Amino acid sequence: MKLKNAVALGVTLSAVVTGAAFADTIRVGVIAPFSGPFALYGTQYEQAIAAYQAKHGTSVGEHEIEFIFRDSGGINPDLSRSLAQELLIRDQVDYLAGFTFTPNALAVAPLITQSETPTVIFNAATSSINRDSEFFLRTSFTLWQVSAPIADWAYDQGIRTVITTVADYGPGIDAENGFTAAFEARGGEVIDAVRMPLSTTDFTPFLQSVRAAEPDAVFVFVPGGPTTFAYTRTYNENGLREAGIEFLGTAETEESNLQALGDAAIGLNTAYHYSAAHDSDMNREFLAAIAEMDDPAAVNWASVGAYDGVHLIYEMIEAAGSDGPAAVEHALGLEWESPRGPLVMDPESRTVIQNVYHRVVQRNEETGLLENFETGIIATVGDLGWDQ
Amino acid sequence: MGLFLNIVVDGVAYGMILFMIAVGLSVTMGLMRVVNLAHGGFAMIGGALAHVFGTQMGLGFGLTLLLALAGTIAIALPLERVIYRRVYGFGELQQVLATIGLTFLMIATVNWWLGSTLLAVAMPEILNQSVDLGFRTLPAHRIAVIGLGLSVTLGLWILIDRTRFGVRLRAAVDNRAIASAHGINTDRIYMITFGLGAGLAALGGIMGAELLPIDAYYPLRYMVLFLIVVAVGGMGSILGSFLAAIGLGLLETATRYLVPDLSTITFFALVIALLAMRPQGLLGRE
Repeated sequence: MKLKNAVALGVTLSAVVTGAAFADTIRVGVIAPFSGPFALYGTQYEQAIAAYQAKHGTSVGEHEIEFIFRDSGGINPDLSRSLAQELLIRDQVDYLAGFTFTPNALAVAPLITQSETPTVIFNAATSSINRDSEFFLRTSFTLWQVSAPIADWAYDQGIRTVITTVADYGPGIDAENGFTAAFEARGGEVIDAVRMPLSTTDFTPFLQSVRAAEPDAVFVFVPGGPTTFAYTRTYNENGLREAGIEFLGTAETEESNLQALGDAAIGLNTAYHYSAAHDSDMNREFLAAIAEMDDPAAVNWASVGAYDGVHLIYEMIEAAGSDGPAAVEHALGLEWESPRGPLVMDPESRTVIQNVYHRVVQRNEETGLLENFETGIIATVGDLGWDQ
Repeated sequence: MGLFLNIVVDGVAYGMILFMIAVGLSVTMGLMRVVNLAHGGFAMIGGALAHVFGTQMGLGFGLTLLLALAGTIAIALPLERVIYRRVYGFGELQQVLATIGLTFLMIATVNWWLGSTLLAVAMPEILNQSVDLGFRTLPAHRIAVIGLGLSVTLGLWILIDRTRFGVRLRAAVDNRAIASAHGINTDRIYMITFGLGAGLAALGGIMGAELLPIDAYYPLRYMVLFLIVVAVGGMGSILGSFLAAIGLGLLETATRYLVPDLSTITFFALVIALLAMRPQGLLGRE
């Protein structure tokens, strides 16, 4: 942005911020995909917000809270940026939220820094985002946060040699680094690191090579949906399980596509911060609230990320109204109970410190549905990728 | 030696799946000369119907397959009468625009009806097993696809080269006006052939679903894959598509075994080189 424009924008934005301080309606702009292949995220955010508001009302103190939704489609940083600009200037929002994809979040960093707008990330999981603006707060997770604990778990199970197989794109490489660093720190050995093209449809060649190398386990990171489906099928059909090569993953068994994976998914090991099968009254209440919606979407980490994000926004509004810097100040170090377990907003990395659970896929005998059964907590950690 | 056998077995199995999902396109685009980008849409409709009949309603696999194929053809025939009949006469670019528009329509419909998540297609128990080949195992459904692919190739060859219908079809494609003048009902021939193409698309979609799972965005996700097979094989040649699919399957599998990190680049570089040398494809007519 040219300097002149930047100054002009800065002046407009600060006028907006001071103006809004006297309003008793506080607006929150939610930028997320509401159309296209990733529209499910938008629905999940919308329903989580509705569930929170059904329980806690639509006002905090004297402030009425209004959510404004904007569709960013898929990965589209330019659109994300212009939507944020429009929300800040025309709709005079005091908070931003949403952000499914890392590039979309990075694109708004200069805007929120200038306008001092607290921005709660519901999903985007690359560690480095929060470095770009101190107004980013994240209620989801980072890739390091979940891929390092699965390495610890594997080592504790006696697994010493691993081959990593990740999709060749940013998040895959983050996951590979996180896993390898933690596993090697414990004394394990990563004997091969395979990066698979994102367009891969047939994983047989990769998994046959893994099988031939006979490691104790294979670590995987692939995007959810069709890719995960093909990968897990291939893992089973080529007899890696029978050969004693354990499956180590993170989000692969997420709830929106879990039933479609079928029996092939049973027994897969993952480490993650949220399972819809988490055993707590608060989680059951959350699931029940979503189930009451018209056409309820599957509840997974994106739903709980949004639910906690709204909680954080309510807390900030209660403490600081529309004063951005004071709101962020209040958020740092904040502790609360979430459907996924206890959370603390890490004052340094501004990502939540949370339990990472080891889960194994099982068929629930009562409902007949597949679920991620949590066997225990591996670690309670913040963003392990922050210092990398 | 083990590696070589792996490449051959996996390459042929993968190539046959490519052939099954692309053969319908080589009928509509290859034989009928209509740039049918909605081909993947028919495959998806077949898969979505199989999901509804098999997974949601719990019907047996045989019945599910039959109903899904019949359902897809029942959707395709009216589309042919109302839309494609007009599209045949368009230029190539207009055909692309018309059929891609149709694809978006199909995607939006399935997305609205069944959502954007994976639509599992239940396979019968017998196809879910692994078969021991001595030196390794191979999933039974891949062996079934290999068998099916061979029979479809043979069936189509007999139909087009050896039957009266085939003669009429080839005549209608080569010169529609003269074929009509000889008393051939070309409208009917086109409609039947289009239905055949859509039915084959659905069959490929369902049988290939273990590898290329069905969801609302299926037609766009795998469009390049279908088009490559037909383009490399040569327009109008079923045998060309067959050879191309097997060749591409072997090529892609070999690069993934040998140079995993560079496999996509190697694959596309070789396809580009081939098309530069033979723009009409392996067995295409000039």
